[in-house]
Formats: sequence, structure tokens, C-alpha cells
Amino acid sequence: MSPRPGFSLEVDRSTPPTLMWHGDGFRLEKLPVGSRVLYPPEPLDPTKDVDGAIEFALTHPVGDSEPLDALLSPDMKLVIAFDDVSLPLPQMKAPDIRQRIIETILEHAASVGVEDVTLIAALALHRRMTETELRHAVGSRVYDSFHPRGRLLQHDAEDEANMVHLGLTEHGEDVELNRHAVEADLLVYVNINLVSMDGGHKSVATGLASYRSIKHHHNVATMVHSRSFMDMHNSELHTSNWRMGRFIKDAGVKIFQIETTLNTNTFPDSFSFLATREWEWTLRERASYLGAKKSLDLAPPWLAREIMHKVRSPYQLTGVHAGEVEEVHKKTLQNVFRQQLVHVEGQSDILTMGLPFIGPYNVNSIMNPILVYCLGLGYLFNMYLKKPLVRQGGVVIMSHPNRPEFDSSFHPSYIDFYDQVLTETTDPRIIESKYEESFARDPWYIHLYRNANAYHGVHPFYMWYWGAHALEHLGGVIIVGGDPGATRRLGFQPASTMTDAIEMATSIVGRDPSLIHLHTPPLLMAEVN
Amino acid sequence: MARINRLPFPLSKPQWPTSVQLNRKISKLGPNFETDWSRRYGVRLFRAVVLDNFVRPSVKFVASPEVFGEDRLIDLPTPVIFAANHSSHIDTPLLLSLLPDRYRHRCVVAAGADYFFDRRWKAYIWSGLLGAIPIERQKVNRRSGEVASKLLSEKWNLLIFPEGGRSPNGLGQEFKRGVAQLAVRSGRPVVPIYLEGTFEIYGKNSSKIKPGKSRVNFGKPLTVEDGEDPRSFGLRIQRSIDELASELHDDWWAAKLQRSSDSLPPLTPVGTSTWLHDWQRTANLPPKTTSRRWPRRFGSSSR
Repeated sequence: MSPRPGFSLEVDRSTPPTLMWHGDGFRLEKLPVGSRVLYPPEPLDPTKDVDGAIEFALTHPVGDSEPLDALLSPDMKLVIAFDDVSLPLPQMKAPDIRQRIIETILEHAASVGVEDVTLIAALALHRRMTETELRHAVGSRVYDSFHPRGRLLQHDAEDEANMVHLGLTEHGEDVELNRHAVEADLLVYVNINLVSMDGGHKSVATGLASYRSIKHHHNVATMVHSRSFMDMHNSELHTSNWRMGRFIKDAGVKIFQIETTLNTNTFPDSFSFLATREWEWTLRERASYLGAKKSLDLAPPWLAREIMHKVRSPYQLTGVHAGEVEEVHKKTLQNVFRQQLVHVEGQSDILTMGLPFIGPYNVNSIMNPILVYCLGLGYLFNMYLKKPLVRQGGVVIMSHPNRPEFDSSFHPSYIDFYDQVLTETTDPRIIESKYEESFARDPWYIHLYRNANAYHGVHPFYMWYWGAHALEHLGGVIIVGGDPGATRRLGFQPASTMTDAIEMATSIVGRDPSLIHLHTPPLLMAEVN
Repeated sequence: MARINRLPFPLSKPQWPTSVQLNRKISKLGPNFETDWSRRYGVRLFRAVVLDNFVRPSVKFVASPEVFGEDRLIDLPTPVIFAANHSSHIDTPLLLSLLPDRYRHRCVVAAGADYFFDRRWKAYIWSGLLGAIPIERQKVNRRSGEVASKLLSEKWNLLIFPEGGRSPNGLGQEFKRGVAQLAVRSGRPVVPIYLEGTFEIYGKNSSKIKPGKSRVNFGKPLTVEDGEDPRSFGLRIQRSIDELASELHDDWWAAKLQRSSDSLPPLTPVGTSTWLHDWQRTANLPPKTTSRRWPRRFGSSSR
């Protein structure tokens, strides 16, 4: 049976309660009659022969690129860059698709006799990956071959000696890239496209760039003009990245881009209830829901987090394309939208969403309040084409425990951001002008970013800018079940139940509000007419 | 015996008159041993219970295997031919207990007809316990190949040792053509496997089992290319196993480069083997003690 498309369900009196994520656990909420629930499409049928598809992509590139073999020669310098631990979410079951692609590229390189090969994790300003995470991404064979030789590197945006300033774009944006990438005879980029924001020129222009370069598009003005940043044709973030990408190409950096798309087969069988529509739950799914919910509710937060972060997704490949960056990305976007797009008629007054335990920046870590904000108002709010799901001045209701907990080794600057910046203001523009520079240049954060596993000092600011468009658009934000202190610190209102939250929202949007619930993850992208 | 033979008939066996055609009885042992019964449901269930509850823990105790490359089998459809180098009787139970579930319980093992099937009791024990099927290894025998092909067409996986017998010195031996011929005939993929350390545990001339460490490296499945003959495919299997060995002794990338430049150290010595071959082989053996560091040195999926 072919996978069923996503759809918008209108809640009536016989509709069962709707499943919502609530951090490390779940909730069943009865939504008001007349609400609409957006269900994502079912996972697409995967590519049957993954190795064959990778091989085909490398030998039949799209755009004006030659096949990989024609680009390889024995004396060349080959650099392979790949996406970091923020993709996919949760991490996929081994073998990771990056491993399979990198091994295939290296087999081609070995058959030609290319000896000078370097691999780089394209971290941008993200934290360095741990050994276990790197092994998972590239596989033990590649790790054991390249890491001891010092040929498996992690991008260091603060290593001035290893960054090259290529120049300024026509809009005066600095383009500064990793030296290995600039000096390579061929730069192969291995990407995973989980959402439509990923990939394209953003891979290299952001992934291998410095703060000096990234700040031209990771800022409030850009984010407010990206409507949404998941829609590259209406995203200032992408326009800037594309300018930089073309500049990099014109500067002579030869890029062979490989992009992959995965289906939404996000959770293993034991969590199948998460991807099944509630009225189709079997006895087994009801039992596993009850078992999982009860045990996660009873477990202390650290244990629940440990359990959930151990989940490995059985993601399957739906497409792999290689060649010239822009042509490859067009095909990738088709695949992403084929999997995620749901058509919706009209906006609503209230948008509800359950926030899960994981976002791109807390893999194997704690989701702190700033990341809760970013996941809700940055990522899920922006999962739209054309218009936001909620009207101008509407309300977003998020469900998450929102505990004021931080991971001091991965997110040190977040702690200071929470304590020093958010206590003063939550206005993104003031935050940007008043505080960004001091956090970005702080030598201790830079030291931790370069030598430990910390996100760059400026990263919490970017999280805040990520939600700037939503903050400007919305009339209010309510967090159900969230820690009241932490919720108010973010500038939001706490509510103990969904019914209370909807009641509170009516004071902003008026009586009898219309409501849309985003039933994610698995992810969906709403096309709002 | 000689004295009994000299006794007169009827105290000894009668002689056959030369003018009467000899009525040869076809032996039901050796390559002709019928093993269908060993693949019936009840026997398979018994074998699975023994394999999972007795053989696996015993093998783990005796050979402490470290496993590499299992991820290469992730979406490989059955049936598959597993081809490994061979230096010990431990090899078969070791591999059977390490194969991923979907192969393990539907797997037959090609065993030397002259060694494992020369007595009725041995034939029943090996086909019952390990799912062995008799393969003639000394001479060309059509029946052996037909039985193996038939089983592959019935979706049974096949474990075979292309060297045709255990190594006398732990070094590799020339591969026989049977595996490649079978792959060409059936069109099924061959998974090359490199085994190491089992010669030290229970080699061909050992009188007792000495528990130790072993390593198993599963290779990327090989399929016969258009127009490839059994000889060249057989060589490719052999080179792949050499490469798997080199992967463990050096690393994956070095092995790839060595193979592309045709400088892989072969497992099978060229010419007469000398002490130097033995020296090199033993230098590469798995360390006798496990590192206390965790995860282990190779970050493998060791069990």
C-alpha cells in the first residue's frame, strides 16, 4: 500500500484525544470541537538498493558537474566535508547515511590512488562532536583510518591561521572559509536534508565559515525577513547564503555536493504509536503508549532523558543526488516536499504544538529553555510555505516541561545568556546590539568552543534570532506544563493545562478562537493558502 | 584381520566369481549422505536452541570474538554465500553464532564429505548440530554442487570455506573454485569473511583447546559481474579476504590504497612458506588481553 498523504483533521465529538509531545514524555489532550489537527504524510517508500543509488548518484551527477571519477586524480588534494551531529534527529540507526556515502567516495578515491584526503565535520559554530558521535557519523572504519593520521578534523571557526578570507560579496558580506576547503582541488560535501532549510549553498557557506562570515545572515534583520526560513525562495537567510555560495564558486573552490533525503520513519517499532493516527492505535500501541508514558513520567528527568536520547531512528533513504550545488538542491527540495508537505486552508487564531525531547542543538544533552524557545518559535513555527499557520497577532501554545536546566559543558554561554541577558530584555534587536559582540568575542567561550565540546559563545543569540520572526508575528506565547519561572523569563505565560492555555489565549485573540495543532514529529511542512 | 581372512568359507566372507558382474552398492555416506531431514522444522528448532543457548556462550568463552563490519550486511537480501578463511574447527560454530539473526537460523554449512560424513554417526551429528551438508573436496562431484545450488534456490544461506580444509600452519591456502562456481551459477552475493586467532585456539595439530582472542571481519558483499568467470571471481573473493585482513592489521583506508596499488600482503604465501610468514602472521594476532579502556580499541560491535 502506498503511503498516505498528510491531511488536516477537523476535531469532532468522536475524535479521540490528540497525542502531544511533552519534552521527554507525552500527553493526550482533548482539543476543542472544530479544531484542526495537521497529520504528517506517512513515510515514503525507501530506496531499495542504497549502495546502488549512491553509486548511481556519483556516476550520474546533475547540473554541469562531471562524474566523481572524472574529478579525481592521484596527486590531488581531496577534502570531504560532512554535516555534524545536529542531523538527523534523533541520530539514525547505524550505519549512518554519511558513513555509507563517505565510504563509497573513498573507495572511488582509492581506486584512482588519491592519497591526500582530509575529512572535516562542518560544525560552523556548533560544538565539536565527541568520539562516539564521530564514529557514528562516519563509521569506525573511516574513523580508525583517518583520525589517528590527523586527517579527520572538526571545523574550527576561531582558528585564524586556518581560515581564508576570500573577499566580500556584492552586498559587502565577508566570505571566510576553512583553509582546507579553499585549498582543496575538490571539496565534496556530504549532506543530510531533514528539513528544507538544510543543504544547498548553506552547507559550505555556513558549515565551513567563521563568525565574521556567518553574522551576515544569522542576525535579527535577516531572520525577520525570512518568511519562512524553510522556504528558500522567501528566505533572506538563503538569499545571503546563495550570494556567498556563488562567490565561493567564482573564487575557484570546486564543490561536488551530495545531498540525501530521508523519509519520516523517525521512531523504532516500540514507539510506533508516535507515528500512528490515534484512532488507528492497536492494542499493542495503546499498551506501549501507556507503558512508555508511565515509565517516563515516573523516571527522574535525567533518566527519562537518557532513555530518549538512546533512541536511534530507523530513517530510510528516499533520495540521493550529487553534482552542482544548486541543481542538486532543487532535486533535494522536491524530495523533502514530497515527504513533508501538507496543504492547509486558512490560518488560525491559535497554533498548538507539543515539543519533543530533542532539537538540533541538544543531541545527547539537555534541552534548556532557550532551546525550547528556538524549537517552538524557530523551527516548528517556521515549518510553513506562503503564510504562517497562525494569523498575525495570534497565539502559540507549546507543551513542554521547560525546566531551567542547562548542560554546562555543551551550553556554557547559554547559562550566562539566560542569567544576564534574558533578565534584562527579551527583545531580539536590543539583545543583538547590546550583548552579541561581548559574548561572541569572549575568550573563555572561544576556548571552550575550540578545545572542549561547547557551542560558540554567540550561539544562544542565534537561537533567539531564530524566533524573531515569530515574536514579531505573534500576540502571545503560552507554555503548558512549563516551569513558571523559566517560562516567564522567556517572556511567555505559563499554563498548567491545555484548557487553561486556550482560555488564556482567548483574552488575546477573542472568543471562539480557531485552532490548529501541529502533530509533529514526524515532521511536516504546511502549505497555507 | 589377515588371519581371519585366511579362514575358509563360510567362516570368512565369500569371494566374488570373476565372471559375475560386481553388484556395487552405492554408499549412503560421504557426498551421497541425505541431509533433508536436518532442515525439517523440528530439527531446525532443536539446532536453534542449541546454537543460541549452548554454542554461542561456549564460543564466547573460548574465542572471545571481536566482530567488525556487520553493518555491511545491513540490507543484504537472503540467500547469501558466506566465504571465510579456515584454520580451525572452531571457525564453524564461531561464525554460525556471530551471523546476524536473519541468516543464522537458515544457514547450511558446507563440510568435507570425506571427513565429516565418512561414518554414519558423524554424518548425523554434524548435519543435525550444525546443518552441515557434504561437499566433495578431493575430486569433481556434480552432486555436491547441485545440492548447494538447490539449497540456495530454496533461500538457505550457505557458509563455506573456499580453502577446502583447515590450514596446517595458520597461513592462508589457495582457494578452490567451488564457491565462485556456485555464485556464478546461482547469481547470489558472496560475503567474504576474514577470521583470525582461531588457529591459536584450536589449530589443525592442536591436541586441546586453548581459550584466546579472535577477530571476525565481515566484508562488503561481492556479486558476479557481467561476463566474469568463476576463476576471476574466485580471485576477487580471495583478494577481498586479504583486504579484510589488512583492514584489521593496518586500517581500512590503507587496505583500500594497498588493494588499488596491488600491494596487499597476501594471506597465502607466495612460494614456500618460511618462518618469516609465520612471524608476520603471529605479529598481527589479536592481543591476548582485552584493553581496559572502554570503548575498546577498535570501537567494534564486540559481543
